[in-house]
Amino acid sequence: MKVGVVTFPGSLDDRDAARAVRIAGGEAVRLWHADSDLHGVDAVVLPGGFSYGDYLRCGAIARFAPVMESIKKAASNGLPVLGICNGFQILCEAHLLPGALTRNQHLRFRNREQWVRVESSATAWTGDYQDGQEIYILIKNGEGCFVADEETLDMLEDNGQIVARYVHGNPNGSMRDIAAIRNEAGNVVGIMPHPEHAVEALTGPSLDGLGFFTSVLKHLSGGSEKE
Amino acid sequence: MSIDTVERAESTPDELQPFAELGLKEDEYERICQILGRRPTQSELAMYSIMWSEHCSYKSSKIHLKQFGEKAPPSDRMLAGIGENAGVIAVNDKLAVTFKVESHNHPSFVEPHQGAATGVGGIVRDILAMGARPVAVMDPLRFGAADHPDTARVLPGVVGGIGGYGNCLGLPNIGGEVVFDPSYQGNPLVNALCVGVLPVDRLQNKAATGPGNIVVLMGAKTGRDGIGGVSVLASATFDEGSEQRRPSVQVGDPFIEKLLIESCLELYENKLIVGVQDLGGAGLTCALTETAAAAGTGMDVQLEKVHLREASMEPHEVLASESQERMLFIVEPSNLDAVLNVASIWGVIATPIGVVTNTGRVRITWHGETVVDVPPGSLADDGPIYARPLREPADLILLQADRAETLPRPTDLRETLLTLVASPNLCDKTWVTEQYDRYVLGNTILAQPEDSGIIRIDEETGLGIALSVDGNSRYTRLDPYDGARLALAEAFRNVAVTGAEPVAVTDCLNFGSPEDPAVMWQFAEAVRGLADGCQELGIPVTGGNVSFYNQTGATAIHPTPIVGVLGIIDDVAKRIPMGFSHDGDLLFLLGETANEFSGSEWAWVTHQHLGGRPPKVDFGREQALAGFMARTAELGLVRSAHDLSEGGLAQALTESCLRKGIGANVTVGEDAFVALFSESASRVLVAVPIGLRQAFEAVVAEQEIPLTLLGTTGGTSLVVKDQFEIPLDELRTAWSSTLPKLFG
Repeated sequence: MKVGVVTFPGSLDDRDAARAVRIAGGEAVRLWHADSDLHGVDAVVLPGGFSYGDYLRCGAIARFAPVMESIKKAASNGLPVLGICNGFQILCEAHLLPGALTRNQHLRFRNREQWVRVESSATAWTGDYQDGQEIYILIKNGEGCFVADEETLDMLEDNGQIVARYVHGNPNGSMRDIAAIRNEAGNVVGIMPHPEHAVEALTGPSLDGLGFFTSVLKHLSGGSEKE
Repeated sequence: MSIDTVERAESTPDELQPFAELGLKEDEYERICQILGRRPTQSELAMYSIMWSEHCSYKSSKIHLKQFGEKAPPSDRMLAGIGENAGVIAVNDKLAVTFKVESHNHPSFVEPHQGAATGVGGIVRDILAMGARPVAVMDPLRFGAADHPDTARVLPGVVGGIGGYGNCLGLPNIGGEVVFDPSYQGNPLVNALCVGVLPVDRLQNKAATGPGNIVVLMGAKTGRDGIGGVSVLASATFDEGSEQRRPSVQVGDPFIEKLLIESCLELYENKLIVGVQDLGGAGLTCALTETAAAAGTGMDVQLEKVHLREASMEPHEVLASESQERMLFIVEPSNLDAVLNVASIWGVIATPIGVVTNTGRVRITWHGETVVDVPPGSLADDGPIYARPLREPADLILLQADRAETLPRPTDLRETLLTLVASPNLCDKTWVTEQYDRYVLGNTILAQPEDSGIIRIDEETGLGIALSVDGNSRYTRLDPYDGARLALAEAFRNVAVTGAEPVAVTDCLNFGSPEDPAVMWQFAEAVRGLADGCQELGIPVTGGNVSFYNQTGATAIHPTPIVGVLGIIDDVAKRIPMGFSHDGDLLFLLGETANEFSGSEWAWVTHQHLGGRPPKVDFGREQALAGFMARTAELGLVRSAHDLSEGGLAQALTESCLRKGIGANVTVGEDAFVALFSESASRVLVAVPIGLRQAFEAVVAEQEIPLTLLGTTGGTSLVVKDQFEIPLDELRTAWSSTLPKLFG
């Protein structure tokens, strides 16, 4: 299975996302922001970083990249898309996901290991987790505070679109402790913490992040997705 | 105003030049006139004043620094050394590592955020210029008193700047130091270290070889920012009344730097360039003259081709600008299109600005008029050199006689421990370090608060490098020779306790004014100590930086040599972390503890005392310890290891317990105060699985290392038998509350 990892100018965790895909058993394919061709990939990861410097608003420029047009189209046809950190911000800016990511309430960049509870295993990226499973991964962001109006938040709750919540402490002030959400169809997921940095015992706080990448591979091979 | 050309300089030999305002001495100015055979133009004068400044020419330090070369042990690992942008060390046949530490002290006081940010940017470009991909950064920081109102301005800005720039570049920050002392109140220290990795055959050099080759400037546009960064160029004399517009602190753009990194690596990978130099302090002036001087060639440069942020800039400003995120390349004409294409793919401006010549002169024109015509070596290599007077500080004898060992001892050791672990220098630094990304690039094996940062550099084999930076300026104030050696010993030990083999040294020497003989004496002693220490340890200094004039009025900072040691570890899976991880492991102390409190944290925190002589340092013992740690790592005999330094055994136990929340139960000798708080060097706390005790002790016996069984790990308290018990929750609260209370 081929999983594309997009490199925007300023993407930083692109090689890490590709490594995670490989460790999970997939083939990582590098996609370039200026190239609208998705090169036949079966899924796409938008990695962390500071696309275009994020000087305007995180993800605000990246959403206009040629590759994003193709991804938006393919996503509407069911292509699994995972946005991590800056990727989550881009998905919100591109209106593939509702809400927005704003500055952390304490106004500082924060890198720490973090407990997260998986609330929905009914997505292309979380099928390998149990609902309610707590995983130990990490956050590293300056603008990770998820916000939306009450109506949208209620809708996300009601539809089961909240994929993960921070537990044992909310690191950035996110509304309703939201760490990750999905679109209605469940193929597009945005997550603020970094599962791709929890895939190797030597470099991560745990191996708990690997499930995102094994899940999508199973999903693609018609495996264990729970609907 | 008309431009001061070479022609005009020749026809107006008597026109008065503002050399003194630019920081040049009369005899220096006369030498410039001799070299040129005429008076310098405005642009030339600006160039000489920058290149002959203390910062660029090392004119006060050179005669001392040469010891690093003279005393350096032979090393077949060293591929590039002092004088290059950064030292390069071969790790194996295929891979090399380059690393260096630099200062950005004054800008960080004036504008903490940008000052610190551009400090990171500058050192990263030094590493990049060697052909390496930068893989990690570290930041040794010094601030004034933690509770001083100005520290609340400087520290958050500096930390935010380092994080903002490094995080956006995608470089993990894997270690450093945060130290508070009133001597830095008006002059904080912001040092930045970067390490990079390159294939051995991708090593770059700065020589502008090959007449006919094209000189290409790549990166950010050139603006008025940073003019005068390394000299006193922004004086009122050049252009009366218009100088206010020039901030002397540069403004950083990490996004451009990230693009510059990727562009450079693509150029190196495709062998598209013959020479490269980063633009840092002294900007184009330095890059043009150093590249030409290194090759013994010349250069014709059309300066108006440089992309400017402000169209009204004059040639001397373009030459002096320290705008960030710029690199200079020497390119064969046939590769020029390919080079420009790489730049355009990454969206970076690249401009051919000149051509290499065989004239031996750097000639710079501005819209057709020659404004500079100089022999480049006279700027880059032949600056003035001074043997400045040295005098031991008058107060040193009295200071050394006032020993901390005679201070009243505490009666309540529990309270002493809780007070010390909460003190600004010993407390938890998470408030600072969690603002840095330590995970990006996915190869961080260890990062702060571990003794060393460890980065995996080969994902196939697990090959890695370890790095630590250390310095204790109170020790150095009491004895600069031994203080510098203690800094070296600690950095060496910090690398060794992780199981890595220390192989090379970089240093950043932060001192007061070299014109003060007492400061110059401290400098000379510290350099001698460091050079002797490296000789004894058998590892070379590969490069570094000198920062003088760190003082407020007549009062210099404590002399602060910061020493960085690089180590190699064959398999990062065998690295030894610092935290206790299992119940029931045996705790041993390696090394011997003496009654050594002078310069200690205890003396400072409880008595505000600084006096006596610092702890003794014995490099034979350090080497034995290092060899032992490498062996135990190889054999997997030790579960954790933590070096003992400031705060002594009490601090090491605290940090090892709190790392993973596992307590310890220890017995110390009769003199519990000395055992717990003395800062004797050459000591390590190790935890050994009980089943491996015999194997461990057998290796200890081989190396003849003093060994004391302290107790065991486990439980939820730190227990010192017959003395006290502190629940870990209470210990953690004391240790971790200090910085959040101070800085929010």
